[in-house]
Amino acid sequence: MAEIVLDHVTKRFPDGTVPVNDANLTIADGEFMILVGPSGSGKSTCLNMIAGLEDVTEGEIRIGDRVVNQLAPKDRDIAMVFQTYALYPHMNVRENMAFSLKLARVDRAEIDRKVNQAAELLELTELLDRKPANLSGGQRQRVAMGRAIVRSPQAFLMDEPLSNLDAKLRVQMRTTVARLQNELGTTTVYVTHDQTEAMTLGDRVAVLRAGVIQQVGTPEELYQRPRNLFVAGFIGSPAMNFLPGTLEEGRLRTALGDVQLPAEMAAKVRQAGAGRDLIVGIRPENFEDAALVDGQRAEGRTFKATVDVLESLGADKYAYFRLQGARATAQELEELAADAGTGDAPGGSDQVVARLDPASRAREGQQLELWFDPGKLHLFNPANGAHLTL
Amino acid sequence: MNRNPRAKTLWGITDIIVIIVALVPVLWLASLSFKDPGTIADGSFLPHKWTLDNYRGIFQTSLFTRALVNSIGIALIATALAVVVGSMAAYAVARLRFPGKGLLIGAALLIAMFPPISLVSPLFNLWRQLGLFDTWPGLIIPYLTFSLPLTIYTLSAFFREIPWDLERAAKVDGATPIQAFLRVIAPLAAPGMVTTAILVFIFCWNDFVFAISLTSTLNSRTVPAAIAFFTGASQFQTPIGSIAAAGVVITIPIVIFVFIFQRRIVAGLTSGAVKG
Repeated sequence: MAEIVLDHVTKRFPDGTVPVNDANLTIADGEFMILVGPSGSGKSTCLNMIAGLEDVTEGEIRIGDRVVNQLAPKDRDIAMVFQTYALYPHMNVRENMAFSLKLARVDRAEIDRKVNQAAELLELTELLDRKPANLSGGQRQRVAMGRAIVRSPQAFLMDEPLSNLDAKLRVQMRTTVARLQNELGTTTVYVTHDQTEAMTLGDRVAVLRAGVIQQVGTPEELYQRPRNLFVAGFIGSPAMNFLPGTLEEGRLRTALGDVQLPAEMAAKVRQAGAGRDLIVGIRPENFEDAALVDGQRAEGRTFKATVDVLESLGADKYAYFRLQGARATAQELEELAADAGTGDAPGGSDQVVARLDPASRAREGQQLELWFDPGKLHLFNPANGAHLTL
Repeated sequence: MNRNPRAKTLWGITDIIVIIVALVPVLWLASLSFKDPGTIADGSFLPHKWTLDNYRGIFQTSLFTRALVNSIGIALIATALAVVVGSMAAYAVARLRFPGKGLLIGAALLIAMFPPISLVSPLFNLWRQLGLFDTWPGLIIPYLTFSLPLTIYTLSAFFREIPWDLERAAKVDGATPIQAFLRVIAPLAAPGMVTTAILVFIFCWNDFVFAISLTSTLNSRTVPAAIAFFTGASQFQTPIGSIAAAGVVITIPIVIFVFIFQRRIVAGLTSGAVKG
């Protein structure tokens, strides 16, 4: 087990593209670190560089106390789980798991002991003599995990290990992965494009965009205090709502109505020196059906909107509505929309979603009075995406 | 698959016609080889008088037996070299990005298209100067020249089918590049290698052009060339019976080869087509 450090790491391809740009990241011993970002953000390249499957152009990668830039993958003492599982099709489960130990010339009794132990941990004992072709997707995934853990390596590297599973199994395996990592306490770097996985699994999460690490923090930190528009929009499901806003002497004009900003927030915006035009972000759960708010009603603001679509999920209700002039534009938001595939979907970005208490009597097509707390608003600079009120 | 019974019969009939067209000459050859010299030209499909004399005859002359040894040796060595060298080259072509890769593939294709006969006279002169004329290497080298492009092409197609992640997994698991190739990639490409090996073997085994022009004695003359030197018992007798017998004998190893590896070959020829 060891600490992994990325020290000013840059990867540049011969054609000039820079998939990873000046990445600095310290992954503590035993920590579960998630690299998350849309496709093409450089997260897999980061992982491959740690594994030694790709060269580092500039900077230094350290595992434990060793600089590993020049070491072959086999000398780095790490194990990797691939998105495709990459099980050796001509070997059965036992041989797949024993392969690395055989290469390391571990003696046979020890190999058997370790393989059986790992198989038990992952409930693979019955499948040890099967070939990968005769396993289900979930079983293959477990074999891939087993192949990684038999070696007791310094670190696990996982490249979207769950993305080939169907939704239900993915949730189940997610807890398995979390439990395993807890039990083994091995440093783990986990790449995913799924922000839910990132939030639920990681001790800390690093959000990447176009090769640059945007923010590193615990899931709560990223959620509560996103450093910029990109992180705010990427973390959270459903995503944060973004609206254009104009600030005039402490009053914020938005499609949600005019809001008197709390003095502290207004001061921070002034300090940051952004212009008058801002992007206002509010999370769906920061709205509530005004009829259900009594105590804090005075502290918040209310506005009326016609509910477009209402989704009732049992524990929550999601109300979708449209507001006049609610389309915020920024480079980051376009990228996020493109990644989610909603960039050209009709009515994608001027739609606002609110998560309501299931007791709400909201109906589709009817007007609803909604309440929100201005203190929960996030304000961003549209020019560079920076969060203004942290 | 079309399960329509009419289509099925049609396909069946077509298959039978193709098989007959392909098999009749072979059966004719076999029939000739069993005919007594006196009845060889009687025009009947089945021999009236069966005899094994033709076979006895050819195995009694060193012309044939020695040629058989040459044929087997040269074909096996050329095949082994072609597969070993070719698989390494094919692997590089499939997996690596290196300058001049397009040129290499193009050159290989160019060689494959080159008419062998045009190389015969230059090689004849060259080999005599170099002392390679009428030696095993003298045949193995041109065979390699013409079989390597084929080997590289077919094998690189096979290697391309093998997911790159497997090799990466092997490397992370602690394998050196050679170990990753030998223990993970090569076993998976085995059907392709066997298919290629058989194709190369057949090419070397059947070659006549190089064998007749680059050999002059029993030293290195292979069977196809040796057959041309068969003579009858007298100068008035044509050695058709012996030639037919020799033809049957050299067909047998190929048939055995193909039967043994039939399943692998089929798997090899189709594995690229369907994603398993």
